[in-house]
Amino acid sequence: MIRRTRVFSAAMASLGAGVLVVAMAGCGGDDSNNASKNTNARGPITYVQGKDNNNVIRPLIAQWNASHPNEQVTFKEQSDQADQQHDDLVQHFQAKDANYDVVNVDVVYVAEFAAKGWLQPLTGQFALDASPFLPATVKTGTYNNTVYAAPQSSDGGLLYYRKDLVPTPPKTWDEMMGDCSIAKAHKMDCYAGQFAKYEGLTVNAAEAINTAGGEIVKSDGRTPDVDTPAAAKGLTMLVDAYKNGNIPQQAITYQEEQGRQSFEAGKLLFMRNWPYAYSLATTDGSSVVKDKFAVAPLPGIDASKPGASSLGGHDAAISQYSAHKATAFDFIKFLTSEETQKTFAVKASLAPVISSLYDDPTLVKQLPYLPTLKASLNNAVPRPVTPFYPAVTEAIETNAYAAIKGDKTVDQSLKDMQAAIKAAGS
Amino acid sequence: MSVTSGVSTGDTAEQQTQASAPERKRGASLHRGEGRRGIYLVAPTIILLAAVIGYPVVKAIVMSFQKDPGLDKATGMFVSGGNAGFSNYTHWILQRCGTASCPPGTLGAEFWDSVGTTFMFTLATVVIEVLLGMWMAVVMNRAFRGRGLLRASVLVPWAIPTAITAKLWYFIFAYDGIANRVLHTHILWTGGEWASRFAIIIADVWKTTPFIALLILAGLQVIPAETYEAARVDGANSWQRFTKVTLPLVRPALMVAILFRVLDALRIYDLPAILTGGGGGTGHATTTLSILVVDQIRGGFNSAAALSTLTFLLIFLVAFIFVKFLGAHVVQTQQRQQKGTI
Repeated sequence: MIRRTRVFSAAMASLGAGVLVVAMAGCGGDDSNNASKNTNARGPITYVQGKDNNNVIRPLIAQWNASHPNEQVTFKEQSDQADQQHDDLVQHFQAKDANYDVVNVDVVYVAEFAAKGWLQPLTGQFALDASPFLPATVKTGTYNNTVYAAPQSSDGGLLYYRKDLVPTPPKTWDEMMGDCSIAKAHKMDCYAGQFAKYEGLTVNAAEAINTAGGEIVKSDGRTPDVDTPAAAKGLTMLVDAYKNGNIPQQAITYQEEQGRQSFEAGKLLFMRNWPYAYSLATTDGSSVVKDKFAVAPLPGIDASKPGASSLGGHDAAISQYSAHKATAFDFIKFLTSEETQKTFAVKASLAPVISSLYDDPTLVKQLPYLPTLKASLNNAVPRPVTPFYPAVTEAIETNAYAAIKGDKTVDQSLKDMQAAIKAAGS
Repeated sequence: MSVTSGVSTGDTAEQQTQASAPERKRGASLHRGEGRRGIYLVAPTIILLAAVIGYPVVKAIVMSFQKDPGLDKATGMFVSGGNAGFSNYTHWILQRCGTASCPPGTLGAEFWDSVGTTFMFTLATVVIEVLLGMWMAVVMNRAFRGRGLLRASVLVPWAIPTAITAKLWYFIFAYDGIANRVLHTHILWTGGEWASRFAIIIADVWKTTPFIALLILAGLQVIPAETYEAARVDGANSWQRFTKVTLPLVRPALMVAILFRVLDALRIYDLPAILTGGGGGTGHATTTLSILVVDQIRGGFNSAAALSTLTFLLIFLVAFIFVKFLGAHVVQTQQRQQKGTI
């Protein structure tokens, strides 16, 4: 008996993972006609979003609530971790929670939620006029030729450079590699992006591949198309730069923050980063480059076309289980309206999804990088829109990482990437 | 049928008699009614355990025999996968993705690597921690000024939550971090294959050695001082006193400590997940089984359920071997300690 107790409790101790799986799986089941329910119903709704760091959502909701006494919006705030936001949404959708009416979804998860049948297609009475939006941002909300989510905020890559050392920013990758002699002369590192093995590497590898004219998946979003000469050319740019030291060896441990810190410490000549780094590098007490840097579009292959940025940001979608979809749709229109987008930009530095705002003089005055960001977003390519995104990004990260480190050849790593993306979707 | 049930009832009755026999010997005679009341008293606990442990375990095993939802190529929507048989298990064990072997960059291709990594971490950390912990326990067991302070300060690493420990070491092992400055090196602690593994081992040893030390110290303190005096009178030197007196007498406590640590180390998740994100080397040099399970959860619950069942079986096997062949009996040890036979 004693022995059995021992083994039993040892067994219990090892079960944490199993319990977690079940807790997250919850109860499933499918009933397909939720899309046609409650489409004209109005009433109170809930808006779900990750942590509201800049306190911009609450005032906006208060403003909405003041003019919609019978359609009050409640704000449900999630954590600030993308993974946790994803898992929280999955749990509530699986429970068919009617209280998750409008959800804010990271662009990479829209396809997964749409394919699960959780998102209301934005067609028919829910169709939005897509013409004011940046075209690439609309693509992030489109799965299988159907729009499931409206773009709410965007994000694109910028090339940060030291204008005191490099008067004119490089237009092409080769020019930038040429400018690395300047870095050497000043005993600085030349170029860094996000090359640690995590989501950021997918972003950077996809940018290199797309810039060189390659693609990760074909336009159907499913068929991998990465084992091509163009993709090899793109990945080779990163591999060669890492090999010859233009990308410093420690850059394979860099996420956004390590690169930004190195740049702010004056140790890095060129950096690929998101717009958030702009205000920090200008205002941080520890930044020695406050007035010595500027931003440019990512370098391209030839001078006529800038590099292809990957697209970040969030989309807004209506849950199929919502009881008041008409109100939910009005609220989405409110979130994507020019006025609200302007508030997002001014108060939270979120890149707008409406293209005309990038030329708005008052906005440009406050966020000087906006015109550059617009050029970046105009050439942006969404990350693969696939319901199997976690597996696809794992396939890209792992194999790009191995290629950059020189563990395997570019050709071999693209072959493996192709096979792994294919396996992800089967 | 009736014969079988008759036999089994007989068995149970016999077991009950056997079980209650020693209790009667102890003096206080137990009536049958009291035994039944005992059952009623433990029933809430049993029911609670069945609900929060039994149900998820059974459910996970059931799920592991179902296919993950696949895409309907025509509609682009997920459809439920149906019965999987053992395919979720063969996916991991044989590393098969569909009909081909899993290409690099899929979680399936990482299974055996992560089994190896997990066992390597377990072996390395437990060996180092037991050696260091033994040494620390022997030191702490001596009577000297400031012993209380030493014992308290040794506990500090153990008292810090693992997530915070991991973040601390993450900063220490950063490229511009303390480790590289102090050693005058340029090691990519979170990037290299063995560097990242050493980083995990160092952090884990730092955190967990105090735990082992305290368990061993508890064992040391019940060794009567007379046994050492007797050994000294017999002319044993300090090494002989350690190997012939301390080690055999502390062995039960030591085995329990090792068992705890082995089971703990086999489940390790938080430290590598935060310190290296499972990365390093070819991209998964520090991916343990638990990290793989959590990664897989986002890629399909049923496959993840199969993986966590496999993980459970592996750990169970190790625990079984320990208890069966190496004689690590937690409960017995405690009982004997209470009776003063150790």
